[in-house]
Order: sequence, then structure tokens, then C-alpha cells
Amino acid sequence: MFSSFIIKYAEIGVKGKNRYLFEDALVRQIKYALKKCEGEFVVSKTPGRIFLDAQTEFDYDDVISHLKKVCGISGICPMVRLEDEGIDKLKEEVVKYFDETYPDKNVTFKVCARRSRKNYPLDSMEINREVGGALLDAFPELKVDVHEPQIELVVEVREKIFIYSEIIPGIGGMPLGTNGKAMLLLSGGIDSPVAGYMIARRGVKIDAVYFHAPPYTSERAKQKVVDLAKKVSAYAGPIYLHTINFTDIQLYIYEQCPHEELTIIMRRYMMMIAEMIAKETECQALITGESIGQVASQTTHSLAVTNEVCTLPVFRPLIAFDKEDIVTISKQIDAYETSIQPYEDCCTIFVAKHPVTKPNLAYIKRHEENLAEKIDELVKTALETRETIIVTDED
Amino acid sequence: MISYLDNSATTRVFPEVVELMTKIMLEDYGNPSSVHMKGVDAEKYVTTATKQIATALKVNEKEIFFTSGGTESDNLALIGCANANNRAGKHIITTKIEHPAILNTCKYLESEGYEISYLSVDEYGVISLDELESLIRKDTILVSIMHTNNEVGSVQPISQAGALIKKKNPATLFHVDAVQGFTKAEIFPKKQNIDLLSVSGHKIHGPKGIGFLYINEKVKIKPISYGGGQQKGLRNGTLNVPGIAGIGLSCKMATDTMKADNERLYELKKYFLDKVKDIDKVVINGCPLTEEGEFDVYKTAPHIINISVNGLRSEVMLHALEDKQIYVSAGSACASHSKKESSTLKSMGADAQRMDGALRLSMSSMTTKEELDYVLLTLEETISFYGRFTRK
Repeated sequence: MFSSFIIKYAEIGVKGKNRYLFEDALVRQIKYALKKCEGEFVVSKTPGRIFLDAQTEFDYDDVISHLKKVCGISGICPMVRLEDEGIDKLKEEVVKYFDETYPDKNVTFKVCARRSRKNYPLDSMEINREVGGALLDAFPELKVDVHEPQIELVVEVREKIFIYSEIIPGIGGMPLGTNGKAMLLLSGGIDSPVAGYMIARRGVKIDAVYFHAPPYTSERAKQKVVDLAKKVSAYAGPIYLHTINFTDIQLYIYEQCPHEELTIIMRRYMMMIAEMIAKETECQALITGESIGQVASQTTHSLAVTNEVCTLPVFRPLIAFDKEDIVTISKQIDAYETSIQPYEDCCTIFVAKHPVTKPNLAYIKRHEENLAEKIDELVKTALETRETIIVTDED
Repeated sequence: MISYLDNSATTRVFPEVVELMTKIMLEDYGNPSSVHMKGVDAEKYVTTATKQIATALKVNEKEIFFTSGGTESDNLALIGCANANNRAGKHIITTKIEHPAILNTCKYLESEGYEISYLSVDEYGVISLDELESLIRKDTILVSIMHTNNEVGSVQPISQAGALIKKKNPATLFHVDAVQGFTKAEIFPKKQNIDLLSVSGHKIHGPKGIGFLYINEKVKIKPISYGGGQQKGLRNGTLNVPGIAGIGLSCKMATDTMKADNERLYELKKYFLDKVKDIDKVVINGCPLTEEGEFDVYKTAPHIINISVNGLRSEVMLHALEDKQIYVSAGSACASHSKKESSTLKSMGADAQRMDGALRLSMSSMTTKEELDYVLLTLEETISFYGRFTRK
């Protein structure tokens, strides 16, 4: 029955003169998402609305599931589009629409007419009355409730007339590509994919860096990270995934620095390397999945110490989230099952029994001087030997 | 150099087997149950394979039942016998070091009201016949003992166990899981009092997805799945003709050269153990010594070697070796996805460090001495490099 959709967006509406940039980006992203669906579609922009019209047969569920992954869409309304053939024809169509959409007529409803074409012979109130009356005549069980109706049926009169009543929630946020690019530190855990998704949702393009430590981490652990990047790319679009071989750096730190500080120093080097790649690839920020207090290296003190090596802003969207809430989002974006596969990541290899939780920056820096001899060379090699692949959610 | 030392996980298929199976799939693809010529042609392959297997085991052809592999053979043997004999009793004896295909099936039977006794093993992974004797009761319907342990390569005294069981209770059935042992030692069910024997195709250079269960014709057993009545209604489903022909041929090929192959493997194993024991941090699991203090490899399986590297986790060693194109397993390949420690090593009384660093190297007739030299050299290098970095 439905062949058209109204795409609703929230925040774009309030942008001033830049608004067209956001709308154009959203249209682009919708078109990109629809490429993955069968059928041909026309996406058009009118003030305050984006319309999607199917030109051919299409798989309704598939289209909805793809649109639900487009950042910036706040809601999707499947609708019926009519030519204006007079009020009687409109009433007939509304009755037909209602009958097909709601098999159970024992519900409350209200009609909500909007008339943006002011030369239509009836005003909004009159349309409400006419259409509502027609529905009540056709289905006597129906009841009107203007305050809290179960069904709010919208009749929108523009050049054409639209009937819709259901709003499928989208993920919200802002269209991808309207807010620069950031480098995600992606591990095999639960948090970092969620962090990447949350930032992408705000319109930021994502690249990612993964620290691989063979033989301590396996090929399977690496594949798991690729799979997680895939999950994020369903929302974030194609992701450049850089894999850094971190083993030599890690072992060098292990040999030269106090054991309790291993993790924190390691993380400082990870941030440093991530920032180097970020700057080289024109990212304006870093993203991590850190959350206050989750592990020793994520206490406020530790975060301050790792943050110190960066000059770019570090986005930590999960900073105040409880694990439970992160897990909920991880499940929403279908990453959870992949995240919990039991492959060791490089952060857990040499974890000390009692790692520092309140590292002192001055001490850490002094201990890092032990690395002076070789570390620059090792970092350089790690950067030069990195592997880069493009990950998309297509197979 | 590439060294594939994970033959207890699976083996490379003999080229002759691939050729035969390809021909069947492309040309003689009929269903043996069909009445027409295509069916008759297909049936011939099944007849040949059955004969090849029956000859190797010196049993009757009608006592061979094809399954999807070792796991299904074990399930059919245990559940099928339990269901058919539970009026005589509900007691079953097995060992603590069985493959999960046996242990988890036993767990299921326990939940169905059966009583299971688990035999313990000594430090070399071998059961005690005295303990077995003490456990056999009037209501013991089945004893299931693996021939060769998949993790450490210990070999159980199957002949003595068979004789003992029949002496103590002639009605007790004896099942042997020979997935690792078949073609690595002489196994003749009739001589050894084995009533049921599980074998898998892909461990003997045959294809995956095929195995068989030898069932002595006197055994009472019920099917565990139902269908079109194939294989006397005991194992229903269209016959996997290419797989069956494949396991038949690989069984024949492996048994033809078995004596010479195993002799060579024992020499390789002795050679390897003598060298590897001198590498720093290495300890050997599951190989007893002779009175002269030599490795008594002949008491173990010819192809399985199990060592532990103290202080280095097996995954790390495994991936480091993998980087040098040496492919081995940590503990048991079947169990390595779970974080559970090797149940065999645990039962043998190994400490945590020994279990944590256990590696299994499993050879095949295709393994060479040059390969082993390369592995020894690489092991030494790898251990000396990564041995510096242990958890503090």
C-alpha cells in the first residue's frame, strides 16, 4: 500500500543559513542507504520535509531497516500520496487507508489536518470534521479522543495530499559528513564500537585504528575488530581501518618501565600514534570508549595522564555511562555478540596485578625517559608498517 | 618451510581420495536407494567401502554403520545402547579424559537418570584396570573407553580392559572411541572384545562429515534419529556416497602402510622428545620413561606429542609458531575455543602453569624429520625470545 515516505529530521530544522548543507547531506545519505535496497527511489527535498518515493516494487521491511540506520533521521512516516480530486474522494481514500492499516477498529483516534496549500477550499478544522465524520460513519466502533488518541491520522494538503498515521522512530542525530572526521581507537571490546557509533550519529565521519600484538593477540582477534568496524560502518559509512603492529613497542615498555605503569604508558603511546595517523588523514578529533572508573587506566587520574599526550580533542561519548547502558546500545547496533567473543586484546596481556590507579604525570614522564633510546624508531616503524583497509557493511 | 602438526585436529585428504570423490559427485551421483542403474552404480561404492573397512578391522561387513563422524558415532553408541539396554541396568562406566563427544553425551544420560562412573588416570593419562574391575557391577550396561587420548596421546590397555569386562560381566557392552587411535595401532574388535568402535574419516586423510560405527551384530541398540530406513533403520538418511567411498579408500590406504608409517612416526617422536626436552622451560607431558630413563614412546600413540612451556601461555606460543608457518594446537583443538583447561592434563595431576602452557603437536605419515628439525629450532628461538616477557 505504501509507496512513499516522509523523512522527518529534528535538529536540522533549527540550523540557520547552513540548513541546506544539512538537508543536502541527509538526502545524500538516504540515497546512499537506498543503494543497498532493491528497487528505484526518488528522494526529494521540500521546505521542512524530505520525501522518498518508490518508483518500482521494493521490499518495505528492508527499506525501513536501512533508513533506521541513517544518522539524522528522527522519524519515518510511511504514507499514501493522493492527487487532489475533491473532498469526497479524499474521504473515500482515508476510509480505505484506515481499513487496511488498522484491522482492529475498536480504538480511539483523531484526525490532524495540515493545510500548507491555502487555496484548498476547506480549512484545517473543516477537513478534520469531514474526514473524522467519514471514518465514524464507516466504522461505528471508532471513538474520537482529541487529547490522547491511540491513532493520530495526519492529512497533509500540499500540491498533493498525504495521509499517514505511523511514525517509525529513526536514530536521530545529524547527517553523516556534516561534522568532520574523527579517529576511533577500536579494540575488540564492547565500548569502543559503541563510542564510534555515538559520534557517527552526530554526523562525524569515522576512521579507526586497531593495535594488534601478535603473537599475543591472534588473527581471530583482528578479524573480530574488522567485524566490529563493519557493524559501526552500517551507521558510519565506509571506515578506513588502520592496524598497527604494537608488539615491539609493548615489549619495549615492558622491559624498560615499572610494571604497574605498563598499561598507562602503553595507552599514552596508543593515543600518540592514533593522533599521528589522525593528523595525517585529516581527522579533527580522536574517539575512545573510555568510561570513568571502568578499569585502572580509566580513572580520572589515568584519563588525565593519557589525555596529556594529545593535542586534538578526544571525544569520550561513554564517559559517564554505566556498563549496563553501554551494553544496551551495543545490542541495539548488533555489535554485542561479536564483542563478547573471547579473544584477548593487547591491553590485557601483561596487566599488572595492581596497576596504578592514580598515576603521577611527573613520574610517568620520568619513567618514559627510559624509552628514549629506541622508542622513536619503534613508533616510526609501527606507523610505516601499518595496514589500512576500507571496511563497509556490505559483504 | 611449512609444518602442519595439527593432524589430531584434522588431516590433509589423500589425493586419490579426492579424485575418487570428485568422480562420484560429478558422474556417479545416484542415490543408492534408487532402483535404476544410477542407484545401483552408487551402491557399488558403498559396498566397496564397507568391505575395505571390514577387512581392516577383520569384522563382518554388516557390522559397519556410516555416520557423520566421530561425534555422531559416539552419540549413537552411547545413547543407542543405553536406550536399548536400560532394563538390564542404568550404570555406565567411562573415563575422565574422554573427548567431549563422550563426556557431554554422558552428562546428558546422567540427566536422563543414568549413573555414570568416571575412571581416573595416572600421571601418564592411563586408566587403572583394578579400578575398572572394582567399578563393574551387575547393572553396568556399558563401558566406554577411548583408545588414544586426543590431547596427550596416551593409549589405554584396550585388550586387557575388554577381557576384564567380559570376565566380570559378560552382558556389559564395551565401546571404544578410536577416533585418534584407528590406523595408529592395530585394532581388531573381535579379538579385543570390543562391541562398538567409533571412527572418523577426516583424522585418517579422508573427508570431513563422514565416520562409522562398528557394531557387533549381537549388540542391542536403538536408533537415535528416524527416517527412511537406511542402514537397517539404525542410521537413517540418504547415504553420503562420496564420503563413504572416501573413508573406505583412506582406511585402506592408511592400513596398507600402517606398520611402516607408525614405526617411522615412533622414531620421529623419540627423536623429537630427546631434543625438545633439552630446550629451556620445556616439560614433556604424558610419555613414560623406560628403566634406562629413555622415553618409552611405544607405550604412547606414535603421532601425538604434548609439551608444556613453563611461563608462556600456549596461545602465545601457538601464534608465534604460526608466524613461522608451524601449525600446532593448544591443549585440545576441539576444546580450545572454551577457556576450560585441558581436562586430560588436569586429570593427570598437572599444575596450572603446565596446563596454561600446553602445546599439542600431532604428526601424520606425511610429517618429515626436516620439518621436526625446523620446529625444534623455531621452538628454541621462540621460547628464548618470548620467555623474557612473562607475567610479573
